[in-house]
Amino acid sequence: MQQNNHLNRRGFIIAGSATILGAATPSFAISSGSAEGLVNSLVAEVLKTVNASMSDNARFAKFEQIFARYADVPLIARKSLGPAYQAANKSQQAAYVDAFKGYMARSYGGRYFKQFIGAEIKVTKSKKISGGYLVDSSVKTKGGTPFLTQWHVIDARGTDKMYNIFVEGVSILTDTRTQIGSMLDARGGNIDKLIAHLKTAR
Amino acid sequence: MLKIKNLSNSFSAKLPIAAMVIAVSACSDNPTGSTIVDPYEDDNRKAHAFNKAVDKALFRPAGESYGNLMTEQDDKIINNVVENLSTPKKAVNNLLQANMEGFVENTLRFTINSTLGLFGYFDVAANDFGLEPKETDFGQTLHKWGFGEGRYQELPLLGPSTGRDTVGFVVDIFLDPVGAVTSPSVSLGISTVKGVEFVGDRYTYADLIDGVLYESEDSYAASRIYYLQNRRFFLNGGISEADLEDPYATE
Repeated sequence: MQQNNHLNRRGFIIAGSATILGAATPSFAISSGSAEGLVNSLVAEVLKTVNASMSDNARFAKFEQIFARYADVPLIARKSLGPAYQAANKSQQAAYVDAFKGYMARSYGGRYFKQFIGAEIKVTKSKKISGGYLVDSSVKTKGGTPFLTQWHVIDARGTDKMYNIFVEGVSILTDTRTQIGSMLDARGGNIDKLIAHLKTAR
Repeated sequence: MLKIKNLSNSFSAKLPIAAMVIAVSACSDNPTGSTIVDPYEDDNRKAHAFNKAVDKALFRPAGESYGNLMTEQDDKIINNVVENLSTPKKAVNNLLQANMEGFVENTLRFTINSTLGLFGYFDVAANDFGLEPKETDFGQTLHKWGFGEGRYQELPLLGPSTGRDTVGFVVDIFLDPVGAVTSPSVSLGISTVKGVEFVGDRYTYADLIDGVLYESEDSYAASRIYYLQNRRFFLNGGISEADLEDPYATE
């Protein structure tokens, strides 16, 4: 009885400190296994979609669903716009994130994932990094030499979500930010015009 | 280590490296992540417009013809031959970097593929001996020696580069033992094969290159960030902490 109480007290103290830590820093509910699992499922869906015979629009709609499920799209949207996002008002922010969903499907799905057509993708390893895991995969395409694609998986409130992709060191998020920055510059920094453009841009 | 130093000294005595090294050492920092040092952007953009026009008129259609003419097997042989011809140059750079393992591997690769591989037609070294090709160049040697990346450059016909990589590119031409021992007619043959291989790469990576050049909002900015990040990834042997953007950092 005495021992039990002792354990309970200790358990309570540990639980208490865990709560405090959890409140202070993002909790790490995800593991290397769950991050690799996410990438495996994501890759399977992406390969199925790039290799399927369907219209471009159907493919983009499919990618939008895939990203909604596997990626932290609102975070990627914010990070792609940078400081201009903070400067926008609430309704502009919402309209931007909404337009970004379609843009991301068209640009990631239509451009970057084109390289995966007919490829075999194998998850090879993962390592813990700040904010989540970096999952390595080897992409073997027909004819070309295998290349490394790394998936930055983050802990989004306890669930695994894709945050960024590095293809042989090239950050897709950085590239997307470059593209969106150019679009915004070309429109004199007008975010409403950017949003309108994003609805059809690819 | 002393030997390496002597070797590099004899090279710099022979070549106009010294002047060029001064050109890169002026900015001896190594930017990471998405940092861009591009003070000559206006000139670079002009070179980019030129390169894009050349690609559109020449390399892109040539790549398409290549795809129609060559089988996968032909493409592989051309790549193997060019890879083999570049191996002695890589071995020299391995030596300059004091990378003995790389030097031995590349020397073995060249020996095996030039004999059993029939002058590089077949990559016997990789297929039967497990010696995979290992890239290196004088740009990497300069990086290992502590020289900074320098400024971003887009060179006419040659494409994206940095101050350090441009020096590396020029020095590699002089360092190449193959170039030193071959007759002019053989050199011409080698240049032709290299040209064909370049066109072949234009075909193999058509989706990627077309994406950057013709489907980007700003193809100059896109090729710049692709080149810099890919090159830093290669030189650092992977992506660094600075490349991993903190998802929770405030903008």
